[in-house]
Amino acid sequence: MSDTPETIATPDSTAPREQAAAGRPALLRLASRRSSLARPLLWAAAAALAVAVPFYLEGFWLQTGLFAMSAAVGAIGIALLTGSTGQLSMGHAFFLAVGAYSYVYFADDPAAGASHALGGLGLPTPIAAVLAVVTAGVAGGLFSPIAGRLKGAYLGIATLALIFLGQHLLFNAEPVTGGYNGRAVPPMELFGLVFADSPSLVVFNVPFGSLERLWFLGLLVVLGAAAFARGVLRGRPGRAMNTIRDHEIAAGVMGVPVARYRAGVFVLSSMYGGLAGVMLALVFQRTVPDYFSVLLSLDYLAMIVIGGLGSIGGAIIGAVFVSVLPQLLTRYSDNLPLIAEPGSGGVSPAEAARILYGAAVVTVVLFLPGGLAGLFGRLRAMAAGRAALFTRAPQARLSPPPASSSPSPSPDTRR
Amino acid sequence: MITFLELLLNGISIGAVYALIALGFVVIFKATEVVNFAHASLLLAGGYLVARLQPVVGFWAALLIGVASAAVVGALIEFLIIRRANVGSQSVLAIVTIGVDIVLTTELTRQIGTEILALGDPWGDSVVHLGQVTIAETRIVALFTAAALISMFLLAFKYTGWGIAMRATAEDAETAALMGIRLGRVSLSAWAVAGALAAVAAVFLCVFPTPGLDRGTSLAAIKAFPAAILGGLDSTTGALAGGLIVGVTEALMTGYQNQLAFLGRGIGDVAPFLVMIVILLLRPAGLFGTRETARV
Repeated sequence: MSDTPETIATPDSTAPREQAAAGRPALLRLASRRSSLARPLLWAAAAALAVAVPFYLEGFWLQTGLFAMSAAVGAIGIALLTGSTGQLSMGHAFFLAVGAYSYVYFADDPAAGASHALGGLGLPTPIAAVLAVVTAGVAGGLFSPIAGRLKGAYLGIATLALIFLGQHLLFNAEPVTGGYNGRAVPPMELFGLVFADSPSLVVFNVPFGSLERLWFLGLLVVLGAAAFARGVLRGRPGRAMNTIRDHEIAAGVMGVPVARYRAGVFVLSSMYGGLAGVMLALVFQRTVPDYFSVLLSLDYLAMIVIGGLGSIGGAIIGAVFVSVLPQLLTRYSDNLPLIAEPGSGGVSPAEAARILYGAAVVTVVLFLPGGLAGLFGRLRAMAAGRAALFTRAPQARLSPPPASSSPSPSPDTRR
Repeated sequence: MITFLELLLNGISIGAVYALIALGFVVIFKATEVVNFAHASLLLAGGYLVARLQPVVGFWAALLIGVASAAVVGALIEFLIIRRANVGSQSVLAIVTIGVDIVLTTELTRQIGTEILALGDPWGDSVVHLGQVTIAETRIVALFTAAALISMFLLAFKYTGWGIAMRATAEDAETAALMGIRLGRVSLSAWAVAGALAAVAAVFLCVFPTPGLDRGTSLAAIKAFPAAILGGLDSTTGALAGGLIVGVTEALMTGYQNQLAFLGRGIGDVAPFLVMIVILLLRPAGLFGTRETARV
């Protein structure tokens, strides 16, 4: 991450202000406004916290965190497509499924199941993971004649087809997908380290099972995915994508190949979806077709809106919000009003979470343009403003009142 | 041949119901340029009210209340949310309707639970014989009701002041407003009409031969989305054609699925989407949609 926000901001100042605001996470913008020391410190603190988590939290929270990481990767992909290019996709669950199932297919050894044989290529797992992401990209590319030509919500409806087609394939292509029961996921093996509970591993007296090991892999993947997306958004492609979103004709006139960009972003975002699918499969350790339904796609759209459309940080915040909320409600349902045990007739935690974030989507669009990321930015700005007031106020009282011709607004005007 | 005719008739009838849903969808899009993903939940709300009220007040009164309530729900969504959302692009509004859909569908499916609610319609499971062709009475009623509602709607669209206001708004909202057309009322009424049409469609989606209203009914409603888009999102004719195409394809694919076994089980449910993709590949704006052209 570069440390010179001011020099980077110079080309931005010629661009529309909203773009500059959307392109850079609010956190960084604000941190840069303060001392240059605050930002490395903030990053160090965040890194220390992220590394410390597996040593202190129990498996339930680790799994929740890993779901959030997988969701974050997928949400970044959707943010590139919907937030930055203005194209809607309701078909992302399909790409997650492609990623998850192709990882299993590439990595697993062929097995003769009880009812039907399961195919598999038995490739080394890292290669299988890469191939799975590529396969998701190819699937996105096959859809590109439509993804390139349709815009906005039209594409949203067209991509619904992918969900239903995907479900059909998942249930029927049994040699690859295992049909209704799904398939077990072979654990990842990287440089001799197996991401599974056995062989056992103890670090600083903490037993490191599959969740603890995956935690670090997940962190790295999320960081990489975010950095790559940031690079895309900050460079030439990002400018072109935002122009397509804001004014398609203007983009075309300025020489942006609109259809090719739309198709390209769709492919990129489907690869992000595939990567999220691989992560999800590794955490779940089993892939089941029911999970990859239209509801999952809706979750992803909810994430990017809640977090703040068009920013990478927003996508991550939204992903954490949407994936942690149901777990939080499940865990503390005994102490929360209005929430009942699943199956007892009351509002179950999962339903309560869905209603809450559905409402959050509406609320954010009505009252919080910029989403949670924008909200944090505004709160920080308010806090910074108030802090400045407090630090300057005593000075103003001690020093003689400034002349009325002073151009700088002083707190004295509030008397 | 008899089977084919039966399937075709069934397909046309269910297609007419899809056309009702798609029509509401298109009306909303024309009046407000919002792609309404909450349409499935409007339909579920209407159907749910009819199913819950019919043991108490009888089918016809329940139908009336259900249709009216769905219209009110539609109008409320427009009045409370769509009108107040201050966003730059229409795809953000589409996501807002997804939020609404998540809330409504979750709550309604929670209320329905694992039950299958009967609608208590007067037609029951009786069938009609036309020569050798046998068809359920409900399907014939559905066909005629849908045809009547659609022609009523099209006539109103063409000849009443409301229809003219609606068309003027769709053509050029700003000029229409300058001519004294109240845009708020136009979009409010569009949402109300769409809700009412969806509620009627809900009833016919849940009567015989379907067992009744259950939590999967909103999924059936999703099949109307391809109907709307393959006809062209801004075309009422397109909604009718799209509905019929989707209905007939689905009925034929389901009916002949034994012969189509190589495509896998349950191909009938996927068929509408396959047709949509093929048509979008050939004509990205749909069959009757206006191709967007711009002068630069």
